[in-house]
Amino acid sequence: MIDRRRRTVLQSGGSATLLGLLAATGWLKPGEARAEAWNKGAFDSHSMPDAMKALGGTDSVVPSKDIVFFQTPEIAENGAVVPIGITSNIPKTESIAILIEKNPNLLAAVFDLPGGTEPTVSTRVKMAQTSNIYALVKADGKYYVATKEVKVTLGGCGG
Amino acid sequence: MSDPMKIRASLVGDSTEVKVLMSHEMETGQRKDAQGQTIPAWFIQNVVVTHNGKTVLAAQWGTAVAKNPFLSFKFKGGAKGDKVTISWTDNRGDKRTDEAVIA
Repeated sequence: MIDRRRRTVLQSGGSATLLGLLAATGWLKPGEARAEAWNKGAFDSHSMPDAMKALGGTDSVVPSKDIVFFQTPEIAENGAVVPIGITSNIPKTESIAILIEKNPNLLAAVFDLPGGTEPTVSTRVKMAQTSNIYALVKADGKYYVATKEVKVTLGGCGG
Repeated sequence: MSDPMKIRASLVGDSTEVKVLMSHEMETGQRKDAQGQTIPAWFIQNVVVTHNGKTVLAAQWGTAVAKNPFLSFKFKGGAKGDKVTISWTDNRGDKRTDEAVIA
């Protein structure tokens, strides 16, 4: 069902700039990720608004209590390996992105979750310093965010 | 060629839990070597996980994913004995594909 809607959007969205942007980010086509789309604009962004925009989000990113961090420490002794787990309890979650506010490049990872995949991912990231971590969730075409601060005692970017 | 991924795919209730450990430097491009030369970025950009030919996870990564990346997620519809295939591509164009059987 969701897939069919995405396909329609892709077919009809060629001229609309916002939809074109969304399609270009790869957020709208998880099933076609074999095309090896990598969203350079989003990964190169150095500020929260830029990153949000490059990911297809707009001003209307809603803070949500339905996004939960797990396995994520309050204090990370080693910034080179910080476990991050994110679960979205928002229906129709399509993708989950991890952004680290004070890293040189904010965006750490984007996970596209086709229907049937549970809206839970966990991985390990590097953090340059103590920072807020944003979990940006796209669900049913809308964007939601949750924030958690992780304190880093030893930075992970060779610093 | 990099080392094989360590993959564990196990059935938990009606979901398949996939845990992967990849072998990759994930160099950020921020570090300098002893001579003060910047070490070029070298990192996995795309990860695709498929089950029975259907994509169950597609990820794009930046340099902030930790060295020797770990990834865990769950999907529905897997059965014991099914194959889960994981591929990654890094920014130099290197690729690696490994598969595991759901236990």
